[in-house]
Amino acid sequence: MKRIFLTLMLAALPALAIAAGNEAAPTDLDPVSNKRAVELSQQLRCLVCQNQTIADSHAELAVDLKNQINEQIRAGRSDKEIIDFMVQRYGDFVLYKPPFKAETALLWVGPVLLLVLGVGVYFLQLRRRRARIDERPLSEAERREADRLLGLGKTEDSSK
Amino acid sequence: MWRYLAPLAVFLVLAGFLYVGLGLNPREVPSPLVDKPAPAFQLAKLAQPDQTFSRDDMKGKVWMLNVWASWCTACREEHPLLVEIAKQGTVPIVGLNYKDKPDAAKQWLAQWGDPYKLSVQDPVGRTGIEYGVYGVPETFVIDKNGVIRFKQIGPITPKVWQDKMLPLIRQLEQA
Repeated sequence: MKRIFLTLMLAALPALAIAAGNEAAPTDLDPVSNKRAVELSQQLRCLVCQNQTIADSHAELAVDLKNQINEQIRAGRSDKEIIDFMVQRYGDFVLYKPPFKAETALLWVGPVLLLVLGVGVYFLQLRRRRARIDERPLSEAERREADRLLGLGKTEDSSK
Repeated sequence: MWRYLAPLAVFLVLAGFLYVGLGLNPREVPSPLVDKPAPAFQLAKLAQPDQTFSRDDMKGKVWMLNVWASWCTACREEHPLLVEIAKQGTVPIVGLNYKDKPDAAKQWLAQWGDPYKLSVQDPVGRTGIEYGVYGVPETFVIDKNGVIRFKQIGPITPKVWQDKMLPLIRQLEQA
């Protein structure tokens, strides 16, 4: 009984997460516009609590910016116009996905560059190692020494 | 030799990046508004709500726009410096009273001193958004042509004032 109860409680947990995650300021927007507003607010960083989008944040500034988005949607602005409005005032940092340009090139290309570098070093090492491997067959004395070390075959000194 | 030096070199580079990176203040986001015209506003004065004040009223002067609020604790920290600047008459300071209640704001000024030429009211923070305000206090240095030349996010420290803002203001006044 207890177990069933626990299982049910666990199963219900995601519902809580969804309820908390999609929370948005109450608006008088129609469903389509409202969806746009939520999508826009998910692309924008809250500058007060920098690791949250303004959709997730309850900071006052985030609420103000959400209202701003709603207002501009109501005024008939396009998504791009609204994003540009935010970038003009708060800079590229307000975007969760920074645009690709000279200053952000390293940010975007950096990981690929590191991967290429890593793979390059790896293959270089492999080649060097192969060059070091000695392919000359063992001499008779070396073979006997190897057998002795491995404890194989007949040996003079290990007879009991 | 190289195989011992390589990790050391990597470590030093990493340590260098961390030293610089961890020393930066993540709250200080470079403002795209620097070297752009200050956004226009026309707002009710705090002292005389029936009169308005606009950006263009400061045309031809070097001035500072200081965003403040009575609920903002960091503004208290900065306040004595502003009062001192006002006393010396270095540069006119216009206050943007951000998302505040006029009564609370007036009382705050009465209690701690009023360094402002005047303050204007931005009760819903609309002008704050135009200026990209996200952390009160913020201070903008604006030149004679109405162009923003410097933005301080957070309280002005004596060091920032002496090293950056004051020399800039002197230079802008010569221009």
